[in-house]
Amino acid sequence: MGERDEATGVSEFKENVRPSRVGIEGVFYSLAHVPDLVRYGSKPSREIRANPALGEQLAKRLRDFDAVTAYAPHQVYIGNIAPEKLGDLPKPWYERLIEGATPMGRFGDLVDQDEFYALLAGADQFDLVALEENWCRERGARHAIGRAPNRRPLAEIQVLCEKGALPLYSGERLIGAFESGHAEDTNLTADVLLENLSAKVTAGHSLRSALSGLGVDPGEIDYVISCSEEAVGDRYNRGGGNLAKAIAEDVGCINAAGSDVKAFCAGPMYAMVHGASLIHSGVARKVAVVAGGSLAKLGMKFESHLKNNMPVLEDVLGSFAVILAPAKPNQTCMRLDSAAFHPVRAGALPQAMAEYLAEKPLAKMGMNLTDVDRYGVELHNPEITVPSGSGDVPRTNYLTLAALAVMRGLIGKNQMQDFVRARGMVGYAPTQGHIPSAIVYLGHALEALKSGTISNALLIAKGSLFLGRMTQLSDGCSFLVDRNEV
Amino acid sequence: MVKGKKIIAIGERDGVPGPVIAECLEGAGYEVVFQVTECFV
Repeated sequence: MGERDEATGVSEFKENVRPSRVGIEGVFYSLAHVPDLVRYGSKPSREIRANPALGEQLAKRLRDFDAVTAYAPHQVYIGNIAPEKLGDLPKPWYERLIEGATPMGRFGDLVDQDEFYALLAGADQFDLVALEENWCRERGARHAIGRAPNRRPLAEIQVLCEKGALPLYSGERLIGAFESGHAEDTNLTADVLLENLSAKVTAGHSLRSALSGLGVDPGEIDYVISCSEEAVGDRYNRGGGNLAKAIAEDVGCINAAGSDVKAFCAGPMYAMVHGASLIHSGVARKVAVVAGGSLAKLGMKFESHLKNNMPVLEDVLGSFAVILAPAKPNQTCMRLDSAAFHPVRAGALPQAMAEYLAEKPLAKMGMNLTDVDRYGVELHNPEITVPSGSGDVPRTNYLTLAALAVMRGLIGKNQMQDFVRARGMVGYAPTQGHIPSAIVYLGHALEALKSGTISNALLIAKGSLFLGRMTQLSDGCSFLVDRNEV
Repeated sequence: MVKGKKIIAIGERDGVPGPVIAECLEGAGYEVVFQVTECFV
C-alpha cells in the first residue's frame, strides 16, 4: 500500500520504484484536409447562420491541399520536421511554405478531401452518405475503400439536400449529401452523425496506417481504445459510446473488442494508461489506442483569421493511433509506474497541475523537474491561437513548469527562458482538442529516444472538465516515456 | 472603493481559473456575482 502524505493527502506509493514499462510498438498521426467541411464546424455554422456573408468570406480564405501539405506545422505533425526546428523557420508559416513537402511523413500523413469523402462513404453502414455518381467516377473511385459508395445522380442529391440532408461540397460543386439517422432524434441528426462518422474514419485511417507500417495484421490486435471526443449514441444513450469497436471493425481488427476512454482533451493520455495497464496485467497482448478528428472544432477561430487576412488554418481533422505491447529490450516504452493524475483535491491552479503531473511523479521515480529532457504539453500551434487572443498555450504551460523549478530552487529565475528553450518546443498541432494535448508529441519523442537525442520525455495533458458544466474542475494526466535499457 | 462593486470573473484554464479569481476578489471584499472558467483552444 502507498503512504499517505499528511500535508496533501495523496498516496505516494513510495515502494513502487521499480520501473514498469509497456512497449510502444509504433504510432501514426494523420491530418485530413477538409476545407469544405469547415462551414460545419460549430463556430462557423453558428456565425454563418447569423451572418451569411461570412460564408463567402470564409470560402475565399480556405487553403488548397498543396498549401496545407507545405505548411510547416503540418510537416512537424507527420514527422518530417523535428519540433525543435519549427521555431527557427521563417514566419508566417502559412506564407513561408516548405519547398518539396510531401503528404507522407516519417510517422504520419495528410489526406486530401477526395480521399476523406471516400473513407466516409466506405465506412457508412446506414446509407447516410450519398455521393454524386460522376464525382465518384472522376475523383472518388481511386480512393475507394470499404463498402461500395451509395452513388446517386446529381438531381437526387439535390432533392436529398432540399429535404434536409447536409450538402457535401468539393469547392463550389455539390458532390454528395449526408442524411440524418432518425426523423426526430436530435442525437442522430445529419450534423451530429457527420461528426461521429468523421471521427470514426479518421481514427480508422490512422490505425490502418499504423498497422500497415508495422507489418502487423489487424487480427493481432485484441483491444482497441478510442479517446475521440464525440458523443456517439441515441436519445436514450447520448454519449453511449464504444466508437472503439466501430473503428476496430472498420480496420478489420476482427479479434478485438474495445471501449472508449473520455476525459476531454486529457482522454488520450488516460487511454494510454488504460491500454498499458491492460498489457501489463496480461489482459491483452496488443492494444491500439486511437482517436479521430473533431469536426466541431473546424474553423473555431476563423473570424480572427479573416480579420488578420490569414488563411483559415483550422481546416484539418487530426487523428492518431498508438500500438502498445509488452516491453522488449531497448524498445521505446511508456513507464506505467510514472502515470500521474490530477486528483480532485488538487484544485484548479496551474501550479497544482504542474506539481501533481510533473513534480510528484518525478519525485516518486527519484527525479526532479530538471531531469526531464523534454516536456510534451498542450502543443497548440500559436499561429492559430495568438491572432484570436488565446495566447501561446504551450509557452504558458512551459513557463508554469519553469516557475515551479525556480520555486524549488532547481534553476534561477534568470534561467526560466533557458528551461523553456531546452526542455520545451513550439506548438505545432491544430486546435483539435484531444490531439494537441501532449499525445501529439509521442511520435517525435520516440524518434528522439531512438536516436539518443533525449533520454526521456514527460507528456502532460490537461482536460477542461468545466466545459461540461458538471464540475468546476480541470483535469490532467501524465506519464514518462524512455527506453527499456536492460 | 470595494463596497458595492460587483464582479464578473472569467478565468482561463492555462492561466488563472475562474474560482481562483473569485476567491481572491471575495477575500478583498468584492461581490462576485458570476465566475466561470473557459478553455479557448
